[in-house]
Amino acid sequence: MTEQSRTDTVSAPESRLTADAAPRTRIARARFSGVNQRQILGLLAVLAILVVVGSTTTDNFFEVSNLMLLLSQASIIGVLSVGMTFVVISGGIDLSVGAIIALASVWATTGATQEFGLWGMLFTAVVVAGACGLINGVLIAYGGLVSLIVTIAGLASYRGMATLISGGQPQVVRVDGFGAIATTEFLGIPLLVYMFAATVLVGWLLLNRTTFGRHVFAVGGNAEAARLAGIDVRRIRTTVFVLSGLCCAIAAIMLTARTATGASTHGNLYELDAIAAVILGGTLLSGGRGTLIGSVLGVVVFTTVNNIFVLNNLSTPIQQIAKGVIIVIAVLLQRRANRTSAA
Amino acid sequence: MSTTLLRMRGIVKTFPGVRALDGVDLEVRTGEVHCLLGQNGAGKSTLIKVLSGAQRPDEGTLVWEGETVSPRAPAAAMRLGIATIYQELDLVDGLSVAENIFLGHEPATAGFSRRAEMLRSARRLLERLGHGEIDPAVEVGELPSATKQLVSMARALSLDARLIVMDEPSAVLAHDEIAGLFRVIEELTRQEIAIVYISHRLEEIREIGDRITVLKDGRTVAENLPAARTSTEQVVSLMTGRDMESAFPERISGSAPEQRGELLRVTELCRTGEFEDISFTVGRGEIVGMAGLVGSGRSEILQTVYGARKPRSGHVELAGQRLRPGSVRAAVRAGMGLAPEERKSQALVPYESIAHNVSLAALGRYTRLGWVNRPAERAAAEEVTGSLRLQPPDTAQPVRVLSGGNQQKAVVARWLLADCGVLLLDEPTRGVDVGAKAEIYALVRELADSGVGVVLVSSEIPEVLGLSDRVLVLREGRIVRESPAEEIDEAEVLDLFIEGSAA
Repeated sequence: MTEQSRTDTVSAPESRLTADAAPRTRIARARFSGVNQRQILGLLAVLAILVVVGSTTTDNFFEVSNLMLLLSQASIIGVLSVGMTFVVISGGIDLSVGAIIALASVWATTGATQEFGLWGMLFTAVVVAGACGLINGVLIAYGGLVSLIVTIAGLASYRGMATLISGGQPQVVRVDGFGAIATTEFLGIPLLVYMFAATVLVGWLLLNRTTFGRHVFAVGGNAEAARLAGIDVRRIRTTVFVLSGLCCAIAAIMLTARTATGASTHGNLYELDAIAAVILGGTLLSGGRGTLIGSVLGVVVFTTVNNIFVLNNLSTPIQQIAKGVIIVIAVLLQRRANRTSAA
Repeated sequence: MSTTLLRMRGIVKTFPGVRALDGVDLEVRTGEVHCLLGQNGAGKSTLIKVLSGAQRPDEGTLVWEGETVSPRAPAAAMRLGIATIYQELDLVDGLSVAENIFLGHEPATAGFSRRAEMLRSARRLLERLGHGEIDPAVEVGELPSATKQLVSMARALSLDARLIVMDEPSAVLAHDEIAGLFRVIEELTRQEIAIVYISHRLEEIREIGDRITVLKDGRTVAENLPAARTSTEQVVSLMTGRDMESAFPERISGSAPEQRGELLRVTELCRTGEFEDISFTVGRGEIVGMAGLVGSGRSEILQTVYGARKPRSGHVELAGQRLRPGSVRAAVRAGMGLAPEERKSQALVPYESIAHNVSLAALGRYTRLGWVNRPAERAAAEEVTGSLRLQPPDTAQPVRVLSGGNQQKAVVARWLLADCGVLLLDEPTRGVDVGAKAEIYALVRELADSGVGVVLVSSEIPEVLGLSDRVLVLREGRIVRESPAEEIDEAEVLDLFIEGSAA
């Protein structure tokens, strides 16, 4: 690819405009998606190392029961990270997801709600969490407030509502079918994992194959440009928070089924795990760039670390330290990868 | 005035896949204004980075006051006495003028800054620039661009700079502010400080410059030409490797605008404090130019017509259909497009590919039930960028790799794809080099010939006069003159700008 040959093609005589005045752009011909691919490859490499560590330090890492446990543990944060990825790519952040889980799980398990049976409970969880997301989104998009502040307010007040409704007491699930959500298996794989997979699939299609997804990237990358291109920026901003709320609904259902209780303490600090996974997955906190696959891998990496620590009987504080170290190392590596590709 | 201050020889700098500098020579004497010319991508920015210590050259020598040096970091270059004033002024908005001037080298005793002394020294430095009226205690964020530039220069002086590199300093300035800039530059050169001046505007170089060095494709193609005696034709042919053609395409003669049919009608548009009583029409295939100084309301009018700002009164009709005021979506749906002044911040989504940027406004066309037909989208984007001869032709590249002229093409391509009937162009050639300018002019004319109505806003009067069919002259938010472009000249437009505003 010499400079000369490109000039020749540019100044071909048949050009209608004064094409021979075209400036030549001098750029590396790396594929556009290179950065994203590198990020995902990096995460896969980390995962591979963890698998090696896991299988050498423990005897039962590769046992099917352990792998299934690992996947179902990853499911709840995984579902949250799907919604969070949309929010972060659009340039926002959602700190209220843990609190929304608590409120949805409490509201879905009150005595009154349980009267309506399984479907009534599911419906309640979806409506409550979706409404919380809508409130967040409307305040941010139409009220012009910063998402960090709105969702910190949500973090406090949604959990407060949950405590108020439940009286601070865990509410036992008495509806028969509900617990089955956590225990049912198809082909040896827990239903929770299918729910996680389905959420990821729908999220991926929405983000990568629809106009809406494209607009999310545009709003996060340059909101003013999106507005001037005729995109309804406020509607996009609202929708991503509603999506995050709906993911909270799914997560709340999963958590309530696993614990067989609805509690105002559910989902505590889950927002940080979800955000950590999204960042580890290479999504820019400033918005405009990211992948859903990266976020999912981020969740799997964190869960695998936890799993290995538990199998080796290492304490929770050490797990937490390891998590912090992983985040810092991953972000440092990403910055290096970005810098070499940006030159 | 004749000792050599800086001599760069055979500077080479490569990035992965690119040889940005391929043997650059540059010689700057004390107290001269040395103009650095070159098209976008010729290597000017990289050369500045090498000079300012931000990038290290792979090969070549840098001789500063007779000694070979190799500044490894911006701080090292500053210690030598080389300061750079970037296009995006690197000031901290939340700090005061004085704090910005002394940022990083505050006068201090045991860590406590001596504020009074700082303010005094800042005032002295601003006086040296002939601008003692600037209050050093004021927050920089509240200042206009021209004043910020002065703060950057004062900062350079505070570092005892002997050489100040100015990267397109006039790009952020209005017509009358440029005269002020030139006075400051003269003041600096009188104090034996050398200036490396970069600009796309050849007239400025003729006015302020002493000598010219021309870069092309990372090489110095001409060194130390006398700025006053080198013809524009010669400079342009050195920059482009070609002879200068007529910059503006010919207007189609024949059908008068009235016969072409009206496309856009703006009636008594008003926005308090910005503009008043703006009425004009644009015919099919017509280019209407708006000439006005910064602050005359030209960009604001364009944005209001587009719906990005809400008018207090008045309305906009497109093809007979009245648009909802203050709604960009209504305007876009009716077939209007805007290529805004600030392409990077207002038009392009930096991380997205060229194809995604181009299809942004027309995505609905390649969508069924929310589902994007990606092959169709890609094919359409490639077709339209191909017809505009956008470089590079690979639309999977991220949009940020594009040069200024190609960014503009990408924005125009977006509206072509959306089938827009009226295109609003705000400063379409700002930051675009000479060669690409002619190409954009040809493109705009070609669009008009195909029936698109164009509204053109530009601070360059020759551009407005040369490209438009009809010209509206604005002063302080009002149209003071409407005329066919052939019947008005630059002197007359300037007269209209100044008339009344002096009173």
